[in-house]
Amino acid sequence: MNTTIMLFLLQDGITNGAIYALLGLALVLVFAVTRVILIPQGEFVTFGALSYAMLATGQVPGTAKLALAMGIVAFGLDLFDIRRSLRPTRILRAFAFNIVLPAVILALTYGLAGPKTPIAVNIALSLLIVAAIGLFLYRIAFQPLAHTSVLVLLIASVGCHLALQGLGLVFFGAEGLRGPALSSAALTIGPLRFTGQSLAVYGLTIAFIVALWLFFGFTLMGKALRATAVNRLGARLVGIRTTLSGQIAFLLASLIGAISGILIVPITTLYYDTGFLIGLKGFIAAIIGGLVSYPLTAVAALIVGSVEAFSSFYASNYKEVIVFTLILPVLVLRSLAAPAVEEEKE
Amino acid sequence: MNQRTPLIIFTLVMAAIPFIPGVPPFWIVLLNNIGLAALVAMGLVLLTGVGGLTSFGQAAFCGFGAYTTAVLTTAYGFSPWLTLPLSLLVSGIAAVLLGIVTVRLSGHYLPLGTIAWGIGLFYLFSKLEFLGRNDGISGIPPLSIGGFRMLDPGTIYFAIWIAVLVSALLTMNLLDSRTGRAIRALRRGHIAGEAFGVQTPRAKLLVFIYAAVLAGLSGWLYAHFQRAANPTPFGAQAGIEYLFIAVVGGAGYVWGAVLGAGIVVVLKEILQSYLPYVFGGQSQLETIVFGILLVILLQLAPTGVWPWLMARLPIKLARKTPDTSLPRAARMRAPASSAALLQIEKARKQFGGVIAVNDVSFDVRSREIVALIGPNGAGKSTTFNLITGVLTTTGGTISVLGNKVDNAPPQDVVKLGVARTFQHVKLVPDMTVLENVAIGAHLRGSSGAISSMFRLDRADEAKLLAEAARQIERVGLGDQIDQLAGSLSLGQQRIVEIARALCVDPLLLLLDEPAAGLRHMEKQRLAALLRQLRDGGMSVLLVEHDMGFVMDLADRIVVLDFGTKIAEGTPAEIKTNPDVIKAYLGAAA
Repeated sequence: MNTTIMLFLLQDGITNGAIYALLGLALVLVFAVTRVILIPQGEFVTFGALSYAMLATGQVPGTAKLALAMGIVAFGLDLFDIRRSLRPTRILRAFAFNIVLPAVILALTYGLAGPKTPIAVNIALSLLIVAAIGLFLYRIAFQPLAHTSVLVLLIASVGCHLALQGLGLVFFGAEGLRGPALSSAALTIGPLRFTGQSLAVYGLTIAFIVALWLFFGFTLMGKALRATAVNRLGARLVGIRTTLSGQIAFLLASLIGAISGILIVPITTLYYDTGFLIGLKGFIAAIIGGLVSYPLTAVAALIVGSVEAFSSFYASNYKEVIVFTLILPVLVLRSLAAPAVEEEKE
Repeated sequence: MNQRTPLIIFTLVMAAIPFIPGVPPFWIVLLNNIGLAALVAMGLVLLTGVGGLTSFGQAAFCGFGAYTTAVLTTAYGFSPWLTLPLSLLVSGIAAVLLGIVTVRLSGHYLPLGTIAWGIGLFYLFSKLEFLGRNDGISGIPPLSIGGFRMLDPGTIYFAIWIAVLVSALLTMNLLDSRTGRAIRALRRGHIAGEAFGVQTPRAKLLVFIYAAVLAGLSGWLYAHFQRAANPTPFGAQAGIEYLFIAVVGGAGYVWGAVLGAGIVVVLKEILQSYLPYVFGGQSQLETIVFGILLVILLQLAPTGVWPWLMARLPIKLARKTPDTSLPRAARMRAPASSAALLQIEKARKQFGGVIAVNDVSFDVRSREIVALIGPNGAGKSTTFNLITGVLTTTGGTISVLGNKVDNAPPQDVVKLGVARTFQHVKLVPDMTVLENVAIGAHLRGSSGAISSMFRLDRADEAKLLAEAARQIERVGLGDQIDQLAGSLSLGQQRIVEIARALCVDPLLLLLDEPAAGLRHMEKQRLAALLRQLRDGGMSVLLVEHDMGFVMDLADRIVVLDFGTKIAEGTPAEIKTNPDVIKAYLGAAA
């Protein structure tokens, strides 16, 4: 192997790794706040990417309608929850949030979608749609289960993944889609050519890591989110609205997922079920990061991306095997280093 | 109703179904699929529902079972019956290798780890040349007995359901035994079990292997039922589905696995065949509905259908009552009369910069009740944890009967005759009082998993239960013996913990706040019991905040404050000690 090939592989690995890092961060975020291991993270990626790709061809993606449908269900659940004190203000607020918001997004999508819509508008629309889906997903599937065990949440998460992936097939079909690149700029250093797209990937990943780190380390809201993760009851007793924490976590996760999707869909063709595998690779990074550390997750994601790039060059048949068994030595190390502290389970 | 009656009825019904005239062959195929799924789910019941170890990777073990027989029968001409033990062995070995890595993981790492190797193995199955890559292996010979070949679904039906029934029986036998109780205690954390000699890593590995072998059995049957094996049914999706089956049925119940398999397999069939008519030919609609149903079900009935169903059935199964007249297991030797039973010298425990226990020395002699008191955070419970090996000391020595404990694991400390209770009650709430207490007698039995599965452990088991029942009588909870531990008041749960500790037949009993949550009369009864135990030759070291109780009961008192021993003496001396008064009241009163 010569240096050029190695550099190419490394560049490829780092670009993919940056995406895994973004997803890993989102997974860590959601887990830390809600204890949900978010398997449908991959669906946020595909929904974001494929909605963007469809918008780019001037079509209205089915996800916009899904957001409204989920909003209606969420509205029903909200009404059921406040059935004992049905005050007009509360009903109105629930209506505005659950029905008006997704309806406006849907209307905007219909109004703006067209073959000549600027890329920035398409991106904004895709992000809005997926963010709404993320919010309502939490409201419908996870908020009623917030008090249950990690296992129940995990299985519910798998259920959401199955449903959303199936919906993905309905909305986007079995054919893969590609989206237009964010920018056509390029930069050449030595043998390597950096496209604007890959530079955007690096930049956004770093920005998110720093932003999350600042948010959780230095803001009251961030600390409140972490407190919710440690002890829901305790957090509520000191006045933290745990539901709000969950919503914020899901909002951020769906946004991050959609952004990752939009970043990669110009680079590779995405299918309705690609998200699952991409999300799982983010998982591996998140697990290596111990589901708590953002910087470690980011580093791990770069390693996962590089291992993937190199194994697809040397043993392309066994690429997935290698990537997924990468986790085993990490687990061994983690289990050897695991403290013998007992968790109090309820 | 007798415990065996429902099982016999179920067996007869299942045996009769293929002979009912007019049963469509398709139903038999469905029943076969239910049986195959039930086998895997049964392993998951033990692993996840009972043992608390979530695995998304069970489908991969089916793959090991199926591919082992597929390769050996097609490429090497082995007889299918010969490959049965080999299939189970391969699944078992794979489970040992993966289990050593996986089961030590706690909490959410475990399910994530299983997803990862589950997917890794799926890709491995679909890439390996000798496993036929994505196409898999076809032309697997059918099972045959003599000249009778099980070619159609109606004949292999019997092989599958015999496997299901036998596995269910063995699994239930296993759960209702010494090893089974150790497994059932796993989900509640490892400290309580280990304090009574349970080797938790070994128990976890055991259930992991057990579940994998059941999955391997299912895979072996699948290969001979389908007469082909390809990677698809052994992937992540299938692994998720098996867990779903276990949760739907009721993850803690063996029959929940069978029920769950029935519900899910039939539901999927209905969704697959009718949804396209309703919604017009869209593919994958069943996954959407399936996923949504899963979430709804979890929200409505997180414990599954089986317990819900059982609570509504009018029939109640009779419980066995243990025969307390059985001979007692041999007692441990009585301690030498005046020597120190427990000797603590300069014990020290540091957590980072915090010194929780600062060079504390004291001893407990035989036939003595010693109280360890001190304000909150004085290091009392930490001292207990050092003695029982839950924590390792930073310095100093602890010896029992002159033998240095030297940071032995809890399982070894209890063998020296030291038994304890916990400040935060550590019982298994969904086990009965009797079963909880019997965990205390763990080391006094010897039967392993295999002998329990085949009911060869009954003599041993009867002795353990008899001992447990006797200790429950002794602490005065005879009326609650068959109640679930979680249904008792906190005070009563503390007493159950004492009964559990007494099952060890200890020389030294460590009680961490035994009187908390007890009413006045109950405290008096507890004090009387402890005196009686002391007079019977036992020593007691207790942590307690109720000063009236302590002053009345203890022969000697050791006072800790901020990790340091500040006083030691008789209750009368302690009451007037100025340092003690200062520690409790803040200034010399």
